[in-house]
Amino acid sequence: MTWALLLEQFLNGFQLGVLLFLLAAGLTLVFGIMDLVNLAHGSLYMVGAFICATLTELTGSFGWGVLLALPATMAVGVIVEMTALRTLYARDHLDQVLATFGLILFFNELTRIVWGPEGMVIPLPAWLDGNVEILPGVHYPTFRMLIIAVGLGVAAALYVLVVKTRTGMLIRAGASNRAMIGALGVNIKTLFTAIFGLGAALAGLAGMMAGPIIEVSTGMGEEILILAFVVIVIGGIGSIRGAFIAALIVGLIDTMGRSFLDVLLSAAMSASAAETAAPALSAMLVYILMATVLFFRPQGLFPPHGRQ
Amino acid sequence: MLSVSKIETFYGESQVLFGVDLEVRAGQVVSLMGRNGMGKSTTINAIMGLKPPRTGTIEFENRPIHRLPSHAIARAGLALVPEGRQIFPNLTLRENLIATAANRRKRRHPWTLERVFAMFPALFERRDNRGDTLSGGEQQMLAIGRALMTNPELLILDEATEGLAPLIRAEIWTCLEALKAQRLAILVIDKNLRALTRIGDWHYIMEKGRIAWSGDSAALAATPDLRLRYLGV
Repeated sequence: MTWALLLEQFLNGFQLGVLLFLLAAGLTLVFGIMDLVNLAHGSLYMVGAFICATLTELTGSFGWGVLLALPATMAVGVIVEMTALRTLYARDHLDQVLATFGLILFFNELTRIVWGPEGMVIPLPAWLDGNVEILPGVHYPTFRMLIIAVGLGVAAALYVLVVKTRTGMLIRAGASNRAMIGALGVNIKTLFTAIFGLGAALAGLAGMMAGPIIEVSTGMGEEILILAFVVIVIGGIGSIRGAFIAALIVGLIDTMGRSFLDVLLSAAMSASAAETAAPALSAMLVYILMATVLFFRPQGLFPPHGRQ
Repeated sequence: MLSVSKIETFYGESQVLFGVDLEVRAGQVVSLMGRNGMGKSTTINAIMGLKPPRTGTIEFENRPIHRLPSHAIARAGLALVPEGRQIFPNLTLRENLIATAANRRKRRHPWTLERVFAMFPALFERRDNRGDTLSGGEQQMLAIGRALMTNPELLILDEATEGLAPLIRAEIWTCLEALKAQRLAILVIDKNLRALTRIGDWHYIMEKGRIAWSGDSAALAATPDLRLRYLGV
């Protein structure tokens, strides 16, 4: 194990973390403010990636593909909210889980019909396809650096939106007392459609960023959605700050665990035992973390205060 | 200005309001009194659209509002200071004031942070504190300020001074008198008979979901047995 490898895996974990954050930001707002469990959030991640792949192909430019796919994914999110999810707010969580699971099936089938059963590849332009030298002798893929930059940029923009603007105040007020902001003249339906559209665009952005690394394929949203739920539960449902910190923790622990757990374990047990135990244990690490956090802080690390 | 006519409300199968009639005229301070559980808050919630009436009509400035969602009712010019104050706990005092502020009827002299702080100087020092760190009195002043920042035509207070220290109560009544002097119409639920007699123009007493008595301040002062019969004080 070298320091270069450690740094590389650290950056990989960080990059997974910011991707998770893009996905978790919308999920935590939707769950926190409207008390809606939306399993179909991962579908927007997938739809965003597919739309981006097609637009990249049509325009011949990944940059244009992303720029045009963002509003398109937002539009898909707004339509889903207005036609399907709006009827679910007053229902209990089990109904919401069933209905949004139905949406997953719907979207998986829809992408199969529109884009075919085999996945798509998003080709990177030459300037993103190489490596950068981050330290003397240490190279790291340019595109992964871009993902980290985009994720941090989005986090900063969301911070400004939530903390500094009036819309952000309404988002926070809505997370603590939805009925009251209605009685003060704010149309919560419009506010929520806007929040959902924003969350959809961010989930789509995560899909577009992941697309060139993994293949764009049907069902790609499900696996990462589970991690995103782990993130919002650890961070405190409804909290953007919690989602950011928890996403980085989960991304780092998951990646570092997979890379280095066998080395750590072999210090305490035989090399062969460590090699068998490490993969099983590293897959469980984030869930062990979640269970530990829930044991000590059932509301998560940063619960938005005053939620009942 | 506000005209409530024959509203009936149910919680499930049990009826809580039995044909309540109530009127607030421009610039008037109107009180709604009665023991706990007689339907005062339910009446307010019906007016604000938080618990719409099953039958009956509610008109505001000659427009029916009883079928509107609560945000549309607020936009028509009604503002609520709710029971329990319901300050946003995770927002600062200042954010509580500006988050929902609006001047939808384009008042020439709208409510501003400065005017609210001038009315409640105690709030100014606490402006950067979170809602959940404020005292009960500060929260009530803030709830009134928050409602005023929507520039309403009619201010509705559900329990104006309940649970507050005597000094704070006096401050709230002074504030309501000042608002009355600015010709703001006010509908107020409270138990403080003396203060209500002083600043109120018209009074309603509720019993078991009905208006049991109504009259002006002179009539209220001249009928001492009302206290025993309906208010239990």
